[in-house]
Amino acid sequence: MSLVRDLFTDYTLRNVALGSVVLGIVSGVLGCFAVLRRQGLMGDALAHAALPGVCLAYMITGSKSSLTLIIGAGIAGWIGMLAILAIGRRTKIDQGSALGIVLTVFFGLGVVLLTVIQKGNDPNQAGLDKFLFGQAAALTAEHVTTMSTIGGIGLLFVALLFKEFKVLSFDPEFAGTIGLPVASLGKLLTGLLVLAIVIGLNTVGVILMSAMLIAPASAARQWTHSLGRMVLYSAVIGSASGLTGAIWSVLVPGIPTGPAIVICLGIAVAVSLILGSAQGLAWQSRRRKARRLEDPA
Amino acid sequence: MSQEPVAMPAVFVRDLTVAYDEKPVLWDVDLDIPSGTLTAIVGPNGAGKSTLIKSILGLVHAAAGTVRIFGEPHGRDHKVVGYVPQRGSVDWDFPTDALDVVTMGLYGELGWIRRPGRKERNRALECLDQVGMADFARRQISQLSGGQQQRVFLARALAQDARLYFMDEPFAGVDATTEVAIVDILKSLRSQGKTVVVVHHDLETVPTYFDRVALLNVRLMASGPVSDVFTPEHLQKTYGGKIAFLKS
Repeated sequence: MSLVRDLFTDYTLRNVALGSVVLGIVSGVLGCFAVLRRQGLMGDALAHAALPGVCLAYMITGSKSSLTLIIGAGIAGWIGMLAILAIGRRTKIDQGSALGIVLTVFFGLGVVLLTVIQKGNDPNQAGLDKFLFGQAAALTAEHVTTMSTIGGIGLLFVALLFKEFKVLSFDPEFAGTIGLPVASLGKLLTGLLVLAIVIGLNTVGVILMSAMLIAPASAARQWTHSLGRMVLYSAVIGSASGLTGAIWSVLVPGIPTGPAIVICLGIAVAVSLILGSAQGLAWQSRRRKARRLEDPA
Repeated sequence: MSQEPVAMPAVFVRDLTVAYDEKPVLWDVDLDIPSGTLTAIVGPNGAGKSTLIKSILGLVHAAAGTVRIFGEPHGRDHKVVGYVPQRGSVDWDFPTDALDVVTMGLYGELGWIRRPGRKERNRALECLDQVGMADFARRQISQLSGGQQQRVFLARALAQDARLYFMDEPFAGVDATTEVAIVDILKSLRSQGKTVVVVHHDLETVPTYFDRVALLNVRLMASGPVSDVFTPEHLQKTYGGKIAFLKS
């Protein structure tokens, strides 16, 4: 029970717990819309695109404050999104290839900048490389405040525009005919996805961040046929996996947080795919059997 | 010149041209659809039938031309127009049920941010009942048959309570029950004075289901009352002479 007590009293563990729960909720909720709009890989590209933003923000300001780096990451992610959309629209290159190009080029640029910073004899830079795989143990109270504020803004948008986002995700053409600005709403949703990504950079890191968006939503979909409940379950699965993985990485020195969380997410997805009450495999085969009994012909 | 009655047409299209990647999909289309009629848009695959209704609805950007809906440019009042997209245009695995989809027909009326409540749910249920789907209100949409899914889309359009409806192949791949249900709905909409424009594939049923027909193959070949326009010569021109248009 001392672990539970430490979650509330120990400074590091408390920040890790709060940070990973906030991250799990925000990415779980926004990940649902990304998955339903078949933009799961967009999250991956945006997360990788954030790395050069983090490095440039540090090089320009010399500050490692979480807000500075997050703004840098957000701007770079946003530019990455515009680049993907522009390549997809203006050239003959399809969206998937555009994602691949932007993801790798931005990430390559980020790694080069990171190397430049690390070679620069700047003692203050230590820790920037943690943005690759995340390090929950380094979360401070300031990080948690920033993450909660940004995440809260994202959740507020989803709460207010839930029905607009729903019809946009299900039937964008119809949404257009009832007068919704489909293109702007789509950009807003992707922008909110960038918010979810930047608050996960410290904890999960850019390389595996997309799992935090795709996995909880995919697992939640196995348990329900209602969008509202899917969003709720996804938030629960995201925060539970985030919390478990983050604490695991803090208690066992040397385990990077991102990979630890991704393993927890993987278990949640596997269990849901098999046992999920709405679409799970076990349930599907039982239904098929029931149907055979009902209708022996 | 146009032989239409003087009354303002529900749909007025002049010189409408739409191109995808510089290849014309619609070329210089002039079309009037009088209010209170059932119109079929027919033509071969790739004739631009869906594109025509999408560009009238403002979903597709037109390279040139004028579109008026009850005399107004599109976008002035979205509540005037209801839309039934092709069934295949959405992902039926989306986590939602029949009632929820029909309720989307009321989102335009609700406006931003406001959530549907009991009143909206009851109205959506009435619309599901009108298409014979009240018993399936809470059924997940992927567990409906193709015809049932089509009727859910139709119920969503009814919930919109529009004056003018556009339906993109509502009869495609549906069962006999659904076909009858859709025809009944079309006739009842007409008796309420509504205007319905339907992209249609089955030439045989055009004279029994519709008042008017527009024959389309990139260009508008003919349009008017079925008895005047639905002739073998016009059909030959629409379906037979495709090569001639590629030259232009």
